[in-house]
Amino acid sequence: MNGMRMIFQREINAYIRSSVGYIVAATVLMLDGLLFYTQALGPDAEARVSGQVLAIFFYTASGLTVIASLVLSVRLIAEERQLGTQILLNTSPVRDWEIVLGKFLAALVFISGITLSTLYMPLMILVNGKVSIAQILVGYSGLILLGAAVLAIGVFATSLTRSQLVATAVGAGITAVMFLFWPLSAAIDPPMSRVLSALALHGRHFSGFQQGLLHTRDVFYYLAVTYFFLLLAVKVLEAKRWE
Amino acid sequence: MIQLNEVTKYFGEKRALGPVSFEITSGGAVGFLGLNGAGKTTLLRILATDLRSSTGEVTIGGIDVAANPHEVRKQIGYLPEAPPLYRDMTVGEYLKFAGQIKGLDRDKVDNRVCEVEEYTQLVPVHGELTRNLSHGYRQRVGIAQAIIHRPKLLILDEPTKGLDPVQVLELRGLIMRLKEEHTILVSSHILTEISQTCDQILVLNAGELIASGSEGDISENLSGAYRIMLGIRITPDSRTEDLVLYIQGLPDITSVEITQQDDRLLMLSVKSTTDCRGRLTRSLVKSGHDVVRLELEVSELESLFVELIGHKVK
Repeated sequence: MNGMRMIFQREINAYIRSSVGYIVAATVLMLDGLLFYTQALGPDAEARVSGQVLAIFFYTASGLTVIASLVLSVRLIAEERQLGTQILLNTSPVRDWEIVLGKFLAALVFISGITLSTLYMPLMILVNGKVSIAQILVGYSGLILLGAAVLAIGVFATSLTRSQLVATAVGAGITAVMFLFWPLSAAIDPPMSRVLSALALHGRHFSGFQQGLLHTRDVFYYLAVTYFFLLLAVKVLEAKRWE
Repeated sequence: MIQLNEVTKYFGEKRALGPVSFEITSGGAVGFLGLNGAGKTTLLRILATDLRSSTGEVTIGGIDVAANPHEVRKQIGYLPEAPPLYRDMTVGEYLKFAGQIKGLDRDKVDNRVCEVEEYTQLVPVHGELTRNLSHGYRQRVGIAQAIIHRPKLLILDEPTKGLDPVQVLELRGLIMRLKEEHTILVSSHILTEISQTCDQILVLNAGELIASGSEGDISENLSGAYRIMLGIRITPDSRTEDLVLYIQGLPDITSVEITQQDDRLLMLSVKSTTDCRGRLTRSLVKSGHDVVRLELEVSELESLFVELIGHKVK
């Protein structure tokens, strides 16, 4: 656990010190603000109830969370390999799961920080409309769970290679395929449609959070995706260490 | 301390190492000598638990590396060819991180960082970002992170690579001091580096161990003979041919060759199957000759190395 804590602290410091962290945070916050203004408060805003405005906010924020999570995660292990610092971790008494979990948790804390920085927008809806605090909390839970799942996909992708470009391509590819399960499920017949909709990263599982509805099924799905890809990342690291 | 038994390493179909078997006892410095691509780094990475051997067994401190790498890692410090430095950390922060990740207690790590900084002369750059350091300082930081947790075994892969002559001398001095506290494995293709810092040498070529022992042992094994430089005082009317025949007739002597001769001195290169300097001197003195020079000639490591590689190529 000590190794995981040290890696977590190092990664958090690396985000704070690097320009990448600030660029990602600034871009996400700027785009969230712009999209909130144009989509949620746009020309048709008067026709919407405040619950719909909040749902649109969480929908646009989810897209940005996914992109930011990918950008932040693909460097995590590939960069260590590029700089040669992976050897320090490999030859220290630190287990592979501690490396993966330390890095993942640091990225999750950072992405959660960025996500929660948009809180002023739902609070504006809360003050001026008729939404509950619970709806906002559920929406943010969904964003963080979705972010965690995409971060885990990114960590798995970055564990495969020393190239951040390749890791980005692999991570984006897996995420895109898992997003496409949802529209695909509408286009094909059961039982495959049910399987695809159950596996889709967005759509079925995020729509509840977006509406302020908390389903344990959706929470379990995102936790399962996160666990699955983190486990794969640990296995890849073990295999690479001993290849 | 270290035991390797029939260890090989393949990258795909290509054999990078082995099979090699050897044993290293605790204490002192052991040098791994070989040309680029000889398998030195692969071997050291296996010992540092960064790579797993394809076949064979490796034990360090009695622990099987494959079965329990986590325990082995507590006992080793490793400096790879390029020091593994985080460029966004200062020297102090980096060493603290390295110390804690290697298991030092949080309340003891600061003191230990100060100790290793003093030991490796890093105090002036304590607050510098590692990316701003010179190559020499980076190597020192690399060594400092390797020793911070007081490992029993220190593995240094080409530690003097890319250093200027002054830095090489300083680092050599540091390695000599480290020998007192750690068992050190050093790899290099620079022959003088190995001969000056190591007590035992293992020569690798094309992934195979082709010689091991001290510089003298390797010399002896290679030639199968001792070479003695012998100087005898003579007079202009001395019969040098008879003298040469006399020496050739002595026990264990395999050949005698005149290397230099003038009116007063005869220099001979004597090959023998044993170190027979005492017997040789007594025989010559008894027969009325003055021995003015007697020296067991150890071949320079450089020529030995070329000879070893040459033998292998043949």
